[in-house]
Amino acid sequence: MSRAYTRINADARSPVATTPGNGRATQITLEHGAGGRAMRELIAQRFVPALAGPAIDGIGLSALDDGAALRLGERWLVVTTDSHVIHPIFFPGGDIGRLAVAGTVNDLAMMGAVRPLALTCAVIIEEGFALADLDRVLRSLAETCREVNVPVVTGDTKVMGRGEIDGIVLNTTGLGLTDRVVTDGGLQRGDRILVSGTIGDHGLAVLSAREDLGLEGELRSDVAPINELIAAAIEAGGVDLVAMKDPTRGGVAASLHEMAGKSGVGVVIEQACLPVSQAVLGAAELLGIDPLVVANEGKAVLAVRAHAADRVVEAMRSLPLGREAAVIGTVVGDHVGQIVLDTGFGRRLLPEPVGEPLPRIC
Amino acid sequence: MTVGGESTMIEFRDAGRGHALAQALRRAVDESGRERITVMHVCGSHEQAIARYGLRDLFPERLEVIMGPGCPVCITDTDEVDEAVALARQGVRVLTYGDMLRVPGSVMSLADAKREGADVGVVYSVAEAAAQAVASDAPVVFFATGFETTAVATAAVLLGEPPAGFQVLSAHKYIPPVMEIVAEMPGSRVEGFLAAGHAATITGWGIFDDFVAEHGRPVAVAGFEPLDILAALCRLVEMIARAEPRTINVYPRCVTREGNRCAQQTLWRVFRATGGLWRGIAHVPNGNLRLRGTYARYDAREHFDTSAASSPSTAAARALAGRCRCGDIMSGIATPADCALFERECTPEAPVGACMVSSEGTCRIWQQYGVRSGNGDAAVLGVCPRIP
Repeated sequence: MSRAYTRINADARSPVATTPGNGRATQITLEHGAGGRAMRELIAQRFVPALAGPAIDGIGLSALDDGAALRLGERWLVVTTDSHVIHPIFFPGGDIGRLAVAGTVNDLAMMGAVRPLALTCAVIIEEGFALADLDRVLRSLAETCREVNVPVVTGDTKVMGRGEIDGIVLNTTGLGLTDRVVTDGGLQRGDRILVSGTIGDHGLAVLSAREDLGLEGELRSDVAPINELIAAAIEAGGVDLVAMKDPTRGGVAASLHEMAGKSGVGVVIEQACLPVSQAVLGAAELLGIDPLVVANEGKAVLAVRAHAADRVVEAMRSLPLGREAAVIGTVVGDHVGQIVLDTGFGRRLLPEPVGEPLPRIC
Repeated sequence: MTVGGESTMIEFRDAGRGHALAQALRRAVDESGRERITVMHVCGSHEQAIARYGLRDLFPERLEVIMGPGCPVCITDTDEVDEAVALARQGVRVLTYGDMLRVPGSVMSLADAKREGADVGVVYSVAEAAAQAVASDAPVVFFATGFETTAVATAAVLLGEPPAGFQVLSAHKYIPPVMEIVAEMPGSRVEGFLAAGHAATITGWGIFDDFVAEHGRPVAVAGFEPLDILAALCRLVEMIARAEPRTINVYPRCVTREGNRCAQQTLWRVFRATGGLWRGIAHVPNGNLRLRGTYARYDAREHFDTSAASSPSTAAARALAGRCRCGDIMSGIATPADCALFERECTPEAPVGACMVSSEGTCRIWQQYGVRSGNGDAAVLGVCPRIP
């Protein structure tokens, strides 16, 4: 069982550019794009210094948040951009078109901009890509935009030669306004940690479809725009809703590490409180993968002041996409930058995912 | 919280019962009046369960549970990896389990050979490898690793008479003999063994009786859920305290005294036990499983030159490898926390030793589950507030 897990790690498409004993990587590896520590370090050590520009009034690149926030008078303009690559492009529960809209809309929502103004859409397509597949992706993209009531206002199209790109890459940029920016830091001792629903659904559904594991039956991606759910959480929590993050690549574990690290606190998670679907639990067990490190595409991790936690959970549970919302942990003053998992038997640290067990799932 | 139905795995993961067993374990250790009791497990899956559930948090301070040579990938010898690399570099298609790809040989790993252009593939099972041979005109070599559990699968495929183009490079190992080595190691503190439930499903628990009689150390056959492990530790400590060494089967829902006769016959029809090196441990008499002469037509060593190219590794790599403590860790002499390379120079992305490569390697398990120190976890983590 664990063998299946490492097979994925060691798969031919995972060209780790290190050899035993020679230390650091000299090339980009898939781990640099997996949402964990390797990616965070790549951005912090290379992109941020290289792209340092004039100071802005608001939240910029160096904050490494879900997006940027620029002051516009009394309000904030939130901007975020995301490129979407996924294999297979059609998977149980969704496709790359729905993913491209949901991913960007959710990034805006995580910063408080729950009513997106507009999206852009740039697409790079491989020569030979079936037009029928393109139409199917665009239909799905348009349908998801209608769910959110957001227009695509401009775009770009490029085609690359056969083998120069894998099928199709979609980039979307989102714009939204908010009165209050919610960051992914600011956690204080005593705050409660919430998730908006079951974890691990997207990553395991995609993995199962891609590796043809025959588990697809009940596994479905959770890919969905959750801006309305977040709007309800913000309304219920007000200023007591301290921080939010969407646990995509690297899963809930990576999000918690970022939130704890930026806030200079520790977090204790109670395993028994984690909402996990039966299908995900079974697949994760079979593959030896922890649902905590698996990507989600329709979920949020929230930090809320203790006295408001129940209120926010109830508000989310009143909506279909938040039915399984739950309090999963508590912010503590010690174990700074660490996540402690209480398994019910004992406690252990939950490490920050380095790369992902599942390359290229979003 | 499980959503959408009850979990079938709950029974042996019940935390309440776990705490009751932990209390019984503490009582057993206290009543023994012993300063310290040391037991060893010989299975990566046991270490995985212990780390994953944070069980060391529950172990009494005076009980030391150390890790033995229980990772099939980690004990695959450098020479065996070199043989597979030599085959791959000759242009032969080599298939193996995913864990093996990045295990360093003396010069390179199979993953390195693949990057050089060699034809190396990953399979989930030996049956999948044989199926590839059916579909191929060129020979396909399966680099067969693992203990008796996977060796039986290899044997079953060969009994099914696959095409002659299917060749096996056997690096299979047999667990019972290495327990003797560990028990006889000078200065060994090990007073009892947790035996692996899945291997015992095949061999039967009766196989340990001779070992117990000869070495005076009790054996408890254990499954892989937290309650299995806690219950087996209780029985083991009781036997040690009373100085009544026996074999006890704490995994009766899967293991019988005789084991799986059919699997045993399959295994020994195809394989013979012979002495050989286990990486980092020692030469283990009868520790290697090799194809019998009657199956020579499937033996890659009979058909190809598997002697390794001897280009020297770099001085820097040698210096790092020289500081690697995988051997000590697999012998139960050290923990990953004792190794200066652990999580510094040696990480899953850039492993120095095999224990950091395999998902069953102790170092990889400790890294994956955030374990920092053997029995000190409770002290490290302190008391955390529970959600009210």
